[in-house]
Amino acid sequence: MSAGLKFVQGNEACVEAALYAGLQFYAGYPITPSSEIAEHLAVRLPRVGGTFLQLEDEIASICAIIGASLTGCKVMTATSGPGFSLMQEGLGYAIMAEIPCVIVNVMRGGPSTGLPTCPSQGDICQARWGAHGDHAIIALTASTLQDVFEITVHAFNTAETYRTPVILLLDEVVGHMREKLVVPEAGAIATVDRLKTSLKLGMDYHPYLPREDGRLPMSDFGGQHRYNVTGLFHDMWGFPTQEPSMVHGLLRHLVDKIANNADSICRYKEYYLEDAHIVLISYGGSARSALHVVENRRVRGERLGLLELQTIWPFPYSVVESKCANARYIVVVEMNMGQVTRAVKRAVAHPDRVVLANRIDGVFITPTDIRNILRLIQGKGV
Amino acid sequence: MPFKDYLRKRFFPHIWCPGCGHGIVLGCLLRAIEQLAIGKNDVVMVSGIGCSSRICGYVDFHTLHTLHGRALAFATGVKMSVPRLNVIVPMGDGDALAIGGNHFIHAARRNIAMTAIVMNNRTYGMTGGQYSPLSCHGDFATNAPYGNIDHDFDVVELARAAGATFVARSTTFHARQTTEIIRKAIAHPGFAVVEVLSQCPTYYGRKNKQGGAAEMMEWYRDNTTPVGSKAKQQNPTLIERGIFVQDAGKPEYCCEYKKLVERARRGAS
Repeated sequence: MSAGLKFVQGNEACVEAALYAGLQFYAGYPITPSSEIAEHLAVRLPRVGGTFLQLEDEIASICAIIGASLTGCKVMTATSGPGFSLMQEGLGYAIMAEIPCVIVNVMRGGPSTGLPTCPSQGDICQARWGAHGDHAIIALTASTLQDVFEITVHAFNTAETYRTPVILLLDEVVGHMREKLVVPEAGAIATVDRLKTSLKLGMDYHPYLPREDGRLPMSDFGGQHRYNVTGLFHDMWGFPTQEPSMVHGLLRHLVDKIANNADSICRYKEYYLEDAHIVLISYGGSARSALHVVENRRVRGERLGLLELQTIWPFPYSVVESKCANARYIVVVEMNMGQVTRAVKRAVAHPDRVVLANRIDGVFITPTDIRNILRLIQGKGV
Repeated sequence: MPFKDYLRKRFFPHIWCPGCGHGIVLGCLLRAIEQLAIGKNDVVMVSGIGCSSRICGYVDFHTLHTLHGRALAFATGVKMSVPRLNVIVPMGDGDALAIGGNHFIHAARRNIAMTAIVMNNRTYGMTGGQYSPLSCHGDFATNAPYGNIDHDFDVVELARAAGATFVARSTTFHARQTTEIIRKAIAHPGFAVVEVLSQCPTYYGRKNKQGGAAEMMEWYRDNTTPVGSKAKQQNPTLIERGIFVQDAGKPEYCCEYKKLVERARRGAS
């Protein structure tokens, strides 16, 4: 797609951004409400010489993109809740073996088959802790199609920079909503290419020896350096080890490389927070309703503000703490039973001032739903 | 290159039990690669989890030790990205056909050019000798103390039905034949399946009173017969070995994808 003004669907904006970021390999399995991502990529990827595969299930899909990423490709898969559940073992493998990949989860109602065509934001904590074992994770989200574009590019950049899977949590409303999108000119948004080793053939390449800045230069699998990749704890050559100091060192590295860079990974937007007495915190589709309420109330002189999170994990504790420092109430707007609310309570000085405004019935949360909660807080009754 | 030069010798002695057949399979595999004169940099070996999967650690190729059952899925990503590479996927019987059964039949269906080697010891060795989908009806295992009531897959028939275009079976007793078959499998332009009966004296042999490694290999000698032999007609319980399917005519997946890209680009221009 050429640069310029478009009228497209959220899933299509994600596709455009992935191609803009340099996507070369996609594997997936059909699932509502993410299927349009696969459909558009089936058209677009072969035209740029990329690979589009539909495989036998989501397990195979994530495994195939990991294999492709090792050979040097930028890779992605897309799914929804049930498929995301199946992808957890591959996600853990990509974390352990430090293989860049982007996993899009267009969230729908759960648990289980749940509500395939309805909006929800119920996979926030699964994104954080779905894979077994201690680990760090990066999960991003967006509320407008322009933001879907920018955050998708950010997801690829972050995956490449930190050699880690990045989860893009869209929701059914954002994925299926149509609105304007301005596709930027090539180069207008910086894209990060993979850091490759400069070591020549015959030199001792250590695939898992981080540089001082924590980054690992890669050698394309099948290229001049032969090495081992495993999901077991491993040494700097990639061979399995149970040596306690190496196990400890690797786990610390996997967690610290993300924790120590949380500020650069963190993206958020803020509206009217300078003097806000009531701070709304929201993300994804829900943030659209939250923003509507804030702007409406501002017209009437009420001091409401919105903090829209775009990076969910690592959770931006310090941002939330500082933005809410002067708030009398903090209202977290989300379509689940309080998955981000819990993190917000941990972040702020007065957790008792944190209130959840949610909907969990498969219906998109509206400004009226949020207004009703605000009226209760303000003692006005519904 | 002498086949021993394909080994990462610093990791020896290997972890396999005394008498395990997997070392013979490794030897056959490396001799086959030696005969084909394939360079180390042109081979990617992808394995899953289990005794068989440890083969990856011992060979000086590009080695990818993945998740239980998922080796073929990872291998599909590698092969589709770099079709020139020889992708070899050694798997155990549980790895390939229980947890990995779905990936196995679909890789066969697509006819993607890679070599799947099923090292069949009819048990889960790494976890302590449980029954696998290739344990026979009536077999004993550490968790089948009253006899196994499952029926086993016939790997050859399964692979044939799923669409594999090269299907063969051999045993560790017939090491020269195994080498020859693996050589043809690697050279085959499509999805190749080689089942190698490989003894596990530690668990399968002990639980089923088959004796030690030598006795188990003699059992392979006495209970297998070349495919299509008269002996099989006279004694249907014999297990056939040899090449069952060899069809170079079915379109290969990477080649088909390349044509698809050309069609897409023509359509776009």
